[in-house]
Amino acid sequence: MRAGWLLLATLFLGACEQQRAPLYLPSGEDYPDKLSTWGVLQQRGGQLQPAAGVLPYDLNTPLFTDYAHKLRTVWMPEGRSAQYAEAQFDYPVGTLLSKTFYYPRDAQGRLLRSEQHGVEALRLDRVRLLETRILLRQEQGWVALPYVWDEAQRDATLDWAGASFDLQLQDATGEVLAVDYQVPDANQCAGCHEQQAGKGVQPLGPKARHLNRDYVYADGAVNQLQRWQAEGLLQGVPADLAGVPRNALWGAPREGESLEHQARSYLDANCSHCHNPEGPGRTSGLYLDPATPLGIAYGLCKQPVAAGKGSGDRLVDIHPGAPEKSVLSFRLHSTDPSIMMPELGRSTSHREGLEVIDRWIASLDGEC
Amino acid sequence: MRTAAFALLALPLLLTACGDSEAPPVANLDFQKQLQTQLIKAKPGEVIEIPAGTWQLDRSLSLKVSGVTLKGAGMDKTILNFKGQKSGAEGLLVDASDFTIEDLAMEDTKGDALKVVGGRNIIIRRVRTEWTNGPATENGAYGIYPVQTENVLVDGVVAIGASDAGIYVGQSRNVVVRNSRAERNVAGIEIENTIGADVYDNVATGNTGGILVFNMPNLPQPGHSTRVYRNRVEGNNHKNFGHKGTPVASIPAGSGVVINSNDKVEIFDNDIGEHRTANVIVSSYFSTGYTDLSTEADFDPYPEAIHIHGNRFGPGGDSPDNLELKALKLAKFGLNGRLPDILWDGYVNPDKLVDGRLPAELAICIDNGEAGIVNVDGPGGYKNISTDMTPHRCELPRLPAVELQAALAEAGEDA
Repeated sequence: MRAGWLLLATLFLGACEQQRAPLYLPSGEDYPDKLSTWGVLQQRGGQLQPAAGVLPYDLNTPLFTDYAHKLRTVWMPEGRSAQYAEAQFDYPVGTLLSKTFYYPRDAQGRLLRSEQHGVEALRLDRVRLLETRILLRQEQGWVALPYVWDEAQRDATLDWAGASFDLQLQDATGEVLAVDYQVPDANQCAGCHEQQAGKGVQPLGPKARHLNRDYVYADGAVNQLQRWQAEGLLQGVPADLAGVPRNALWGAPREGESLEHQARSYLDANCSHCHNPEGPGRTSGLYLDPATPLGIAYGLCKQPVAAGKGSGDRLVDIHPGAPEKSVLSFRLHSTDPSIMMPELGRSTSHREGLEVIDRWIASLDGEC
Repeated sequence: MRTAAFALLALPLLLTACGDSEAPPVANLDFQKQLQTQLIKAKPGEVIEIPAGTWQLDRSLSLKVSGVTLKGAGMDKTILNFKGQKSGAEGLLVDASDFTIEDLAMEDTKGDALKVVGGRNIIIRRVRTEWTNGPATENGAYGIYPVQTENVLVDGVVAIGASDAGIYVGQSRNVVVRNSRAERNVAGIEIENTIGADVYDNVATGNTGGILVFNMPNLPQPGHSTRVYRNRVEGNNHKNFGHKGTPVASIPAGSGVVINSNDKVEIFDNDIGEHRTANVIVSSYFSTGYTDLSTEADFDPYPEAIHIHGNRFGPGGDSPDNLELKALKLAKFGLNGRLPDILWDGYVNPDKLVDGRLPAELAICIDNGEAGIVNVDGPGGYKNISTDMTPHRCELPRLPAVELQAALAEAGEDA
């Protein structure tokens, strides 16, 4: 064990001392085999943390992936910045987004089931790192690169075909949850990140409505959009943030963030990347994006089209007042791959998320 | 370019397959990883060959590169089996154009077997999709499932045991389904919200409903112009094992060809028989149990311009799978009688009536020898049943044949 730590320390020592900038790869397919080569994250003093000049960020309401916690970072080449737009920022060539999936572990090494909380550095003896996904903006567009962490947590290796882990999570009451954790393959990455073949991969998280929140940086809490602008990462942020869309803050809704806003924020983060008029879920005619009003297209009294057993013998996607009659609730509850929604990214159901969705559906008035 | 893959991996066949209800079989993880990596890294023009063998997989395959051919050694030789699948809503998901898949089988997927979303110029031939345990509610929904595609040839496929439709073409344009066999699914072949489909020289048997031509509400594209001809549609009497809420849930067992809410459908020169409910059913969305709270205002729920001619009908209508229809049959046609070959729920668009009748160009026109129709008066609560043929003695212009893009048609000729 000690020898391992020593080796680890030696391996990363060089990188720390040199403090080189992350890899700038504007074109070509010469993607590094090892995550460490990107220089986005560094291991130092038994911690994994963003390298110098790499900014961590968090989202208002995130995507649920089997209770995995996520360390998200953004880096742009010196002197370049993204252009603000309400729906989607225009990121400069060379931008690197990283998302590291991990579980916290206790002193006995058991993995813990808990809701995400933002942290800037991960104590390597208290986390289990699973995968780091890199989104790279090149001249021809974005590329999604899945890296899988090795057992010893030294480095992650590019694995186009994904991977899987059998894990057990323990919650505060000692209850154990079995997780069949699936690292997506590169096509599955694109399955969410690319609306249609040939249209190109796009980032999903770092958009205005998801980023518009405070983040506790080393020097204090600041709104992320303003911080990005101050750091030169983003241009054109409206001076008055009141005009910028903002999803509900998951788990701790701000004052005035209604149940409907919380539910729609959750469906936005978990469903709308496919369920929008352009995305792969478009064939269902069910659109759960923020622009679609609450009506038939948003699922209200809507018959499923090709749900198969995903219908769960329920007649409509959202039956006002009755989550138990709503396909939406059935598919969020299920962990059967042929039934569950989202189709990828989880093998367990998200109790806390379901609680909000079911409460919201129960609160709706009307008949079908 | 041709990639001869898996030469080394091809040897080991699974020995565990015999223990049926035992633990799920062990996946050929190396094979799976190699095949998925090949699909990810494929270049346009590449032919990926999968050798003979039964390959056990536990997660979905997917392809996003256009111009790729996936080829096996035969639908009974190269078998991708997904029993015990852990992730993915289908066996193979394709989001690409100029795609050909041929000569292989996909078995026991958790969800759909082969789903193709949004591509152009798709050829699916001599592919088998099957749930090997036979018809069951827990089977995946669709076998062969192109959706929002254009220029599609489905040729010589076999689809067995789907809990929805064996061959399901949704929201597509310019489609040919031919020389195929759909057996023991809820719906054998279903054409839904599709513009321009020719369905011919197929066999649909042992399903709940043989061949369906449907329109669903709230989708970007309403369908029309489907020709169903020269098929053998026989003995589709299987108990409906679909799921409530799905379009096929309303299909009574014993349905031959069913048209729901679709327009311009021509049914001719088929052999249709041995259906306990009816050999042909023409119905509207209102008969599926939903109200207008579930449909966008622009949806047209009425089947219009339906042309039925020159089919050879076998026995049918002797024991309909629906309480109202049972009662109705008994009252009107007697214990040993039968419903006529064609059953219509009787819904018409009141805005389009001229002197109380649908104009001929929107009517259900029948020119089929002795075959009769029964209007079961759905709107009137099944009270004023009519077998009057007069409103149906009309003719509609023949629909044009679907012309697949030249390259695709040519490829089809080799089959």
